[in-house]
Formats: sequence, C-alpha cells, structure tokens
Amino acid sequence: MTTTPPSLYAAREPIFPRRVTGFFRRFKWGIMIFTLGIYYLTPWIRWDRGPNLPDQAVLVDIASRRFYFFWIEIWPHEFYFVAGLLIMAGLGLFLFTSALGRVWCGYACPQTVWTDLFILVERWIEGDRNARLRLHRGKWDIRKWRLRVTKWAVWLLIGLATGGAWVFYFADAPTLLTNLVTLSAHPVAYITIAILTLTTFVFGGFMREQVCIYMCPWPRIQAAMVDVDTITIGYRGWRGEPRKHSEAVKTGEPMGDCIDCMACVNVCPMGIDIRDGQQMECITCGLCIDACDDIMAKIGKPRGLVDYLSLADEPAEAAGAPAKPIWRHVLRPRTILYTAMWSLIGLGLVYALFIRTDIELTVSPERNPTFVMQSDGSIRNIYDVRLRNKTGEAREFHLSLTSDEVLRIELEGQQGQLVVDVPADRTVLQRVYVTARPQDPAASMDSVDLRLWVEDIATGERASRDTSFNGKSE
Amino acid sequence: MSDENQIDEATGVETTGHTWDGIRELNNPLPRWWLWTFYATIVWGIGYTIAFPAWPLISGATAGVMGYSTRGEVATQIAEHEAENATLVASLNSADLPTLAPGDDLHRYAVARGRSVFSAQCSQCHGSGAAGAKGYPNLLDNDWLWGGDIENISLTIAHGVRNETDDDARYSEMPAFGEILEDEEIVAVVEYVVSLSSTEHDAGLAGQGAEIYADNCAACHGDTALGDYEQGAPNLADAIWLYGGDRATLEETVRYSRYGVMPAWGQRLSDEDVRAVSVYVHSLGGGE
Repeated sequence: MTTTPPSLYAAREPIFPRRVTGFFRRFKWGIMIFTLGIYYLTPWIRWDRGPNLPDQAVLVDIASRRFYFFWIEIWPHEFYFVAGLLIMAGLGLFLFTSALGRVWCGYACPQTVWTDLFILVERWIEGDRNARLRLHRGKWDIRKWRLRVTKWAVWLLIGLATGGAWVFYFADAPTLLTNLVTLSAHPVAYITIAILTLTTFVFGGFMREQVCIYMCPWPRIQAAMVDVDTITIGYRGWRGEPRKHSEAVKTGEPMGDCIDCMACVNVCPMGIDIRDGQQMECITCGLCIDACDDIMAKIGKPRGLVDYLSLADEPAEAAGAPAKPIWRHVLRPRTILYTAMWSLIGLGLVYALFIRTDIELTVSPERNPTFVMQSDGSIRNIYDVRLRNKTGEAREFHLSLTSDEVLRIELEGQQGQLVVDVPADRTVLQRVYVTARPQDPAASMDSVDLRLWVEDIATGERASRDTSFNGKSE
Repeated sequence: MSDENQIDEATGVETTGHTWDGIRELNNPLPRWWLWTFYATIVWGIGYTIAFPAWPLISGATAGVMGYSTRGEVATQIAEHEAENATLVASLNSADLPTLAPGDDLHRYAVARGRSVFSAQCSQCHGSGAAGAKGYPNLLDNDWLWGGDIENISLTIAHGVRNETDDDARYSEMPAFGEILEDEEIVAVVEYVVSLSSTEHDAGLAGQGAEIYADNCAACHGDTALGDYEQGAPNLADAIWLYGGDRATLEETVRYSRYGVMPAWGQRLSDEDVRAVSVYVHSLGGGE
C-alpha cells in the first residue's frame, strides 16, 4: 500500500487589498510622493558648473569617470565617499531595523512603493476589493479584457517612465530624452529601459508580495536583528479575544473587542492575518492598524487593538502592566550605539569633504632603477607626478620641492620651466627629475626625505606630497 | 550499505538499494526542468561543434561553418585599432621629430607607442626600466655613445650598431691594444684614464700614461678624452662606464677591446615604431 506524500508546492493565493484611510495610509502616500518625486525628477535638476563641465545636478558620468552631486564632484580615487555612504546606509538600516523593525520594507522599499502605486492604478481602473474579486472570478468577456488591457497599459507606462528615469542619471537628461525619442540613443540605453520596464511591470504588477516572501534576502536578515524591544505590528489579544464569532463567545463568555470583521485581513497587501501574531510576511506597513482603528471608532471602542507594539508589550499588557510608550523601546543601548556609529562615519565623511582641495598631486617614484648617475657624477631620481585640476578651468601649476638637503628639481620636456599647464577637470602626468650634485651630501646618502609642492599660480592654492630621494649609498 | 532494491512504502518510489544508518535512498527521477536543460545543452553542444572550430584532426581542427577563429578575431581587433590610430600614425611619420612638443597629443601617442615597442623589443638588453646593464647602455642618463639628440637616437635604432645586416649601421672598431702596447704601458694608460675622473690615482704613473694616451687613444677619444659621437668613442672623463670603471676592467677593455653590437631595428620595425621608440627613449631623461 502506498500513500501520496504531502505536496511541498503552494500555489499563490491572489490578494486584493481593500482601500483604507487613516494616519498610516496618509503617511505612506506622503512617502510615496516624496520618494517617487526624488527618483523621477532628480535628473532634471540643473546645476551650473561653468563651460567645461556638465550642468546636471546629479550625474554618474561613466565615460569620464566622474560622479556629480550638486556642488560635489567625486573622482574615481575618491570613491571612498560612496563606500562611506553605503556603510552609512547599511548602519542606518541596522538602526531602523533594531528600533522600528521592517519600517524600510513597509514604507520606503522600491518594491513596496511601486507595488502600492500599481495597486492604486488597479483600484482606479478595476474598482475596490470586491469589484476586483468579481472581475478575477468572472469570465474573460469584453469588459474584463478592456479593464485588464487598460490596467496593463498604464502599468507598462509607469514601468517605461521608471526605466527611462534610471538612464537619465547616466547622461545629460534633456539630450538623452531627445535622442531616445528620435531613436538615435545608444542601444544600451534602450536595453536598460526595456529591462527595467519589464521588471517594474512584472514585479509591481504580478509578483508583488512574492518578491518579499521568496526572493528578498532582507526579511531573513532582519529576523536576526530584531529583539523583544523592536517595534513591530502586534494584536492586543488580551483585549480582542474572544472574538465575536468564536466558540468561546457562543458558550457565553464575555466578548472581546475584536468583532472579527476581517478589515485588517482585507487591507493587507501581503495577504496575512496579523491576529495570528508576527510572521515573516508582515512588512509592518500599518494599513491593518488604520483599518482596525476605523472599525473601533465605529463601534465606540478605543483605537489600537492592532497597533505598533514591541514583542514584549502584548504579554506585559496582558499581565496588567500599563502601555509602554514607543520612545522607551526605541531608546536603548543598541540603537544609541548604531546612531553613534552612523554619526561618526557621517561626520568623518563631512570632514573629508571639507578638507578636499581643488588641486591634488600624487607622486610615484621610479624604482627601476632607483637612481640614475649622470655623466658629471650627479645622482638623479625620477618621479611620475600626476597633477589633478578638479576645477572647471585650465590652470597653471608651479612645482617645487622642500628638503633638508640640497636637491634640484627639473621637469621633463618643459625647457627648464617649473610650470605645467593642466586643462580643466583633467589629470596630467609629468615626469619630474630631482638631482643631487656629486658634492651634495644627498648624492651619497641612502635616502633623503623630500616634499613636492604644487601651487596654483593664479590663486596661490597649494598641495604637497612626501616622498624620498635615493642617493648612491656606499 | 547496499540492499536489494525495494519499493518505499511512504512514497511508493523505488529505492536505489543504498542504505546509510537505516536511511534509504529513493530512486526519484531527475527534475524535469533539469533533464530538459541537460538535453538542451547536448543539442547546443552539437550545434556549437558544427558552427565553431571544435574537433581536433591530424593537422589542425574542423573549421566550423561560421568561419570564426580567435586569431582572426585578434587580427580584426588589431586592424580596427590601427584604423583608429591611422591619422596619428600618418602625422607621426611626417612629423619633424625634434619639433614635437611634450604634452601634444602626438607626442603622448608616440611616447605611449614607443613604450610598448621598447618593452617588447628593447627591454631584453636595455632593461625594462631602460637602465641598461654591463655592455648595454643606460638610456636614462645624459651620456651617449652615438649622440643623444632625437635624430641620432632614431638613426641608431633604425640601423643598429656594428651589425652585419645593415650597410648604414653605426660602425667603429677599437683595436685590441694587447697586441700593440706593452703590459706596463697598458697599466700606465689605464692609470691615466682613471685619473681623468677620480682623485685617487698614482700621479706619476698617470703622467706616463698621458703620453701613451696621446699617441694611441686621442685620435678617437679626443685630446681631452671627452669621446666622439661620430665614432661612437665613449667619453672617458665622465663618471659613467659601460663595462666598468675599475682598473682591472679597464685593463681588460684596453687589452682586448670591446665590440658591442645592436641589431638594425629598421629592418624589423615599421617606420612609425622606430620613430615612436626614438621619441620614447629621448623622453626618458637624457635626451639632448
């Protein structure tokens, strides 16, 4: 005799979130407008940097290897600023997760924001939950086709705008838009837009909560970062139970506040019942709180049957403790430590930003050979000096050296001049010779410290680098 | 370990007969998607061996119907690259090298091209940093045998030194003075040469050597021993020695002579490569 084993496959249950109003819903709309506004509009902000540099406020210029952010221009060798920002973003996520749980997932994650937008479109075109349910179960007649095709078309347009906005960060937006429309843009732009259009369409329209549940690693990582003080969404079971429809009520026990209206379940974009307790699917978006508060107001009960609570709150309140204010959960050593680390890195980056100069040099001494003897017996060292002009205008740089010993400096190919022209926003490689005459002590010393200086002739701005001079050691 | 194959009761699937600690392995079929992917790779593999060079034969391999080869691809890439640089190469070939200004695009191109030619062709003798070795001149200093301006450098590179393949090669030959001078005379002339650039010497011996030098050496190396670019005669009064400046090495040089040879690179390299490597060598620090 054989028995069939239980299947490990679960088909997706379609979710039709009902419309909801309330504080958290309004807050979520606000965040959506804010984040989408930043995303779509940023490439169109102009920023005047003079004639030689692009006038787009935020631009990742891969061809010239520059990142422009308003008044800041990041060169490839300054990529640690971007790395620092990424570390801050990571720590910020740790901070928010340990304090407020999955607040990122519920409010700011692109998957959440675009899914929210797509559901909004869906509701406009197909109606609210019940209408959509009927349409879903109904036959594929002309009306259903019309509604579906309209919805997909709007989704595709949003996807197109999303993919389109992305490429504007990498090239001058007005020029690229003209090129895109006249079909003369680079194929990479079209391919990128196509991919992002498609992923936006599929992720926001069809995969939705499955992205969070099955694809995203973040919920798993977060589970390791929450503790009993972390704010998640909780159900005050001590207040709600027994529910109106439960067996307990039928046997005559006193009724809890929960009237089992399913409002919290119907509005949930993840399709869960929050009254079952915290679960991996919950993105703590707070829509169930709005839905429940609405019902509580209607039946004349206090709000907060479903509420932002820490895991420790529900049992504590059930045991008779007074409700603990949110800030007492949030302020604890762990979150303070995260905040301190986050601020330290931030302050470090700001400090590094302020001590940056517009002119820079790097010096790499020639080590093959370490020195060259000239015919008169003098010792010459060769240095590859890279002069960076980070301004939008060409500059003349004067090179000089300081050292405790007598050393002379010369520039290759500059006919005895110590001046190098560096074009706007460019690096120039200059071969520099430093010489010690035979009678100078440096000629026979192992190593002599020296400092190479570069000075902008027009402004007097200076920068320096330390290096060393190798003599002919005995 | 191995049992007879049985039917597993819970699943109804045949077992493989492999048992570990009482756990039996089921003989489930491979997942369908996996199997079809596997078949697809086989089909792909067959198609690939038809389209691209694949099967080894006795001399060579099947060519593939697409006519692709990695060498052909490299050749195409080189051709594309050369087409891109065609204008620069043309201006390099027609440029008057001494007037090339450092910092110009053409000068930068010539130095970059010259550097890669130097690494491939010249570094074996002159060193990857151009610092030379015993018998192979250091190209970073300001001491030159045949002249250090860019045209002389170019001539030396194009025709070489003392080779037998190029009629225009730089040519001179120092006699082996071991057959001409007595041993004491050689010791004396070496002491004189040492005295030209060093304070530590035997003045009396050097004085004898001065006469021997004037009679035998001055014709090529000059009265003041500053050498002669026309004959490739080294400057004997400076601090730089191609083979070594100690008395034993100098004696060896005087007695047996030296005969450094350099190939004529004009026969192996294109005009633009010779010109580029000349600009590069000239830019290393000793160019005149």
